[in-house]
Amino acid sequence: MIALSDYLTVSAILFGISMAGIFINRKNMIILLMSIELMLLAVNINFVAFSHYLGDSAGQVFVFFILTVAAAEAAIGLAILVVLFRNRRTINVQDMDSLKG
Amino acid sequence: MDFAIPNYYIAIPEMFVLGMVCLVLVIDLFMTDKSRTVTYLLSQTTLVGAAVLTFTTFSYETQFAFSNTFVRDAMGDVLKGFIYLSIFFVFLYARPYLQQRNLFKGEYYVLGLFAVLGMMVMVSAQSLLTIYLGLEMLALSLYAMVALKRDSIEASESAMKYFILGALASGMLLYGMSMLYGATQSLDLAVISQQAVNSDMPLVMVFGLVFIVVGVAFKLGAVPFHMWVPDVYQGSPTAVTLFIGSAPKIAAFAMVMRLLVDGLSSMHIHWQDMFIILSVLSLAVGNIFAIAQTNIKRMLAYSTIAHMGFLMLGVLSGTKEGYSAAMFYTIVYAMMSVGAFGMIILLSRAGFEADQLNDFKGLNDKSPWFALVMLILMFSMAGVPPFLGFWAKVSVLKELVHIDMTWLAVVAVVFSIIGAFYYLRIIKIMYFDKMEDSSQISHSLDLRIALSANGLAILVLGLLPGPLMALCAATFGL
Repeated sequence: MIALSDYLTVSAILFGISMAGIFINRKNMIILLMSIELMLLAVNINFVAFSHYLGDSAGQVFVFFILTVAAAEAAIGLAILVVLFRNRRTINVQDMDSLKG
Repeated sequence: MDFAIPNYYIAIPEMFVLGMVCLVLVIDLFMTDKSRTVTYLLSQTTLVGAAVLTFTTFSYETQFAFSNTFVRDAMGDVLKGFIYLSIFFVFLYARPYLQQRNLFKGEYYVLGLFAVLGMMVMVSAQSLLTIYLGLEMLALSLYAMVALKRDSIEASESAMKYFILGALASGMLLYGMSMLYGATQSLDLAVISQQAVNSDMPLVMVFGLVFIVVGVAFKLGAVPFHMWVPDVYQGSPTAVTLFIGSAPKIAAFAMVMRLLVDGLSSMHIHWQDMFIILSVLSLAVGNIFAIAQTNIKRMLAYSTIAHMGFLMLGVLSGTKEGYSAAMFYTIVYAMMSVGAFGMIILLSRAGFEADQLNDFKGLNDKSPWFALVMLILMFSMAGVPPFLGFWAKVSVLKELVHIDMTWLAVVAVVFSIIGAFYYLRIIKIMYFDKMEDSSQISHSLDLRIALSANGLAILVLGLLPGPLMALCAATFGL
């Protein structure tokens, strides 16, 4: 039997990896988008695990909504990425420095 | 199986807006660039119609619908009313700006109205799920709006920054929500607030609360989660900055109220400390960094951060008087912010953004009336009596003194005085510096009238602040 805490640990590790991906990554913008998706998936694991152990289905319903919104978010994120690449010819994170102050 | 028909009646404004957005989206397809005004007029009609529907079905009674995921109460209705009002002015100011830059397309209005719908859902949310959905609906529309000017390097860069940090904030908020769900077994905020009192997992609750506060702080733009605010304000087209700077702040206030006050009021002692840190840092960073700016949009972005600090001061008091003061502050801030960005649009023209401080030089020689309007707006933001912004600050500070946090009130006043410097600098530039650019203001009459009305409203409401304050107090049953 896998305990609830095991699921929560996995989810916390995934969440940590995604945070590290966002803050340490200095190269590619697509990695940022992947990290964001990973973050949402970590949350989904949390919700499904709680929902199963509490015997309450609301958490799983929430997961469906998160998945849908994540798809929409990825679509917008990639669209912005394409616009950015057309304008700047680069998707390097370090080059995003035209706004400062 | 028990299947009750939901009480659709209380969600009539939301359904009306949704129907109208779809209609605007389809009708816009058949419009040429010349007849695009129809889209604009339909969008304004939507806002007016939603306002009429909200106020004809208004009641002080709190009603629930859709399995307790949706709530309709006095606070929500008043906030929605001010959301319609500020977006009405935003659309009005934005039209000439968009027309001059070949951006006058249906997308701005469709996305704008979807954002309004998202804000309405957020304001009326009674469950973690509805808060999340409303928030994402607002945020996704705003990301796309920032990138509206597709060939601009700054706009696309700021859209990307906004997107990454906004998505990060949503992720944090969701992680916190999942912890709350685990500790209380419910997504319903009313149940959560009951469960939170005698939770058997207080540590999990606090853990979740931290993530929720971080997510909320990101959305408000509070220091140290403010990095996106200046870049987004500066990079996006002024018509979009105008949008982001106004009504979404009202919606963010509503989110704070629903999540932390309706849902987690029993953990007030925990989030109060976090809010003290966030608000003091916001006041400090916002007011000090704004001094160094030469771009007025960026300066107003830092000023937003400082104002959000004030808003949090009102909320952290934890009393009904404090909430009503914070609500008053948010509404006043939205009015001032719309006016200030409207002034930038008034001075701009095709190929000239008027977003530098120097572009305001000698405005008094060019147009004494609009220099006066800008003077009213800046004095009001700085908190000089008798303008409206003064009363907003006073009501928040009064509440802080009431709950024996005088030191916090003193800190807030000190930073406001530092902040007054950069507001007064604009006034000095307008009245005492020589004009560099002698072109006349050539905008249409509706923009001039609306901007004058906006400025006068701040003066008149500042002289008679009673009714608006009473309205805010009444929504909390005071």
